[in-house]
Amino acid sequence: MNVIIDNFDLFFQGFLKTLGIGLICMVGSLILGTIIAAFRVSPVAPLRAVGTLYVNLIRNCPLTVVLFLIAFGLPTIGINQSYYFFGCSALIIYTASFVCEALRSGINAIPAGQAEAARAIGLGFTQNLRHVILPQAFRTAIPPTGSVIIAMFKNSAVLGVFGVSGDLLGNAIILTGSRGFDPVPVYLGIGFFFLMITIPAGLVLGYLERKAVILR
Amino acid sequence: MSDLSVLYDAPGPKAKRNATIGSVVVGLALLAVLYVVYARLDEKGQWSWDLWGPLLDPSNEVFELVWQNLGTGLRNTLTGALVAITLSLLLGVVFGVARVMLGRWARIPVVGLIEILRGLPVIVMMFMAYQLLPALGVNYEPLPGPDAFWYMVVGLTLYNLAVFAEILRSGVNSLPKGQREAGLVIGLTPLQTMVMIQLPQAFRTMLPAIISQMVVVLKDTSLIMFLGQYPELLYQAKIIYQDLGNTLQTLVVVGIIFIAINFALSQLAVWVEKRMSRRSAGKSIDPIMATTAAPVKV
Repeated sequence: MNVIIDNFDLFFQGFLKTLGIGLICMVGSLILGTIIAAFRVSPVAPLRAVGTLYVNLIRNCPLTVVLFLIAFGLPTIGINQSYYFFGCSALIIYTASFVCEALRSGINAIPAGQAEAARAIGLGFTQNLRHVILPQAFRTAIPPTGSVIIAMFKNSAVLGVFGVSGDLLGNAIILTGSRGFDPVPVYLGIGFFFLMITIPAGLVLGYLERKAVILR
Repeated sequence: MSDLSVLYDAPGPKAKRNATIGSVVVGLALLAVLYVVYARLDEKGQWSWDLWGPLLDPSNEVFELVWQNLGTGLRNTLTGALVAITLSLLLGVVFGVARVMLGRWARIPVVGLIEILRGLPVIVMMFMAYQLLPALGVNYEPLPGPDAFWYMVVGLTLYNLAVFAEILRSGVNSLPKGQREAGLVIGLTPLQTMVMIQLPQAFRTMLPAIISQMVVVLKDTSLIMFLGQYPELLYQAKIIYQDLGNTLQTLVVVGIIFIAINFALSQLAVWVEKRMSRRSAGKSIDPIMATTAAPVKV
């Protein structure tokens, strides 16, 4: 157990890095996911097609393949950035497809009468979405979106073995590898820190769900 | 509201014109972006037949070898996923049933274990399977070896048994109370009621969610390439592109293989869901969101 106490700063920095990656990607994928979801319900056919194609391709592709394609593809078309940038972009692109589906399932859960009533009082497409559909859809979509985001925090661990140094898993590999510590306490330690992210996140989500629940 | 056209009025002449203009503008913008990407790839010679030929041209001299490698990879990916799915379903049933049936106090360790397993990333599970199991007396061959299969399977199983347990639990809970009561009334023990009446129905209600989770397992097999040298699809792709230098091309082909299989599985889930929704006592569950949505509600 001394490994954890002696290297606590390494664990804690890893924890902060993992948390930071997760927060950046959370914001990014929520924004991108909302845009794609808007594409998928829009009256403009090419946008709908793009949205559907995006979701069906990315959702069925392993995160690792998306990561590799980004990391090898973007430099080829002239975008040279750090592995941190590539890693986060891939995670955002991957997660956005799930966020989009979560939001869309929220929209699908709203009774058609709501949209019809909004149209009947003369609201247009954007007004309809902004004032009637989306406020309800966001509430219904909180549980699935929340679990997508929690899954994303867990997926972010892949970045640590992908070339983004300094996150929890990356530090664990350094500790057990080149520094030769006993793997048992090290992995129990990073397991603990991952749970320090995912379990509170689950509790927050449960709280949000209870606050936002709509009785129909 | 699955028919989204209810969001906007049936377009009149003006709206139709606007929609057409919108479609054309968006279409052109898209084509422009695609063209820039195409041109930049072309500049780097990425469309050259030297790079695509080994993957697409049957008369290419290495075509057969490349596809033999990819075939082995695909077979290994499917084997790994299948073994992991089977094991985690079996264990998931045990844990799910235990969680539903045990008393308030006896349930605590089961709930705790499920929460811990569900809260850790799969890739961390794989590293743990490699690093922690030897301390528990499991002896592996040294890392670059055939035993990478087992780190993958153990890692995937540990995570997914918790997911399947939660899926089955929410399936059992979605059944009307009368199902269990009727079982008890005709003289079955609680366990018999669970096995003969509740589980089969829960399994049916949750089949779409289970199939969707299979997609996740199949995708997650590729994580093992960061740890061991199990020759699954992505690992085989890496060998190919390190040999031939056609990184992007091989990755695109591998991506398409994954997408084709997973898309088919996802469609199967949707189809099963449609069929099921007429026939089970449980509430129907959106198959797309079910795997992510179901386990969250603790």
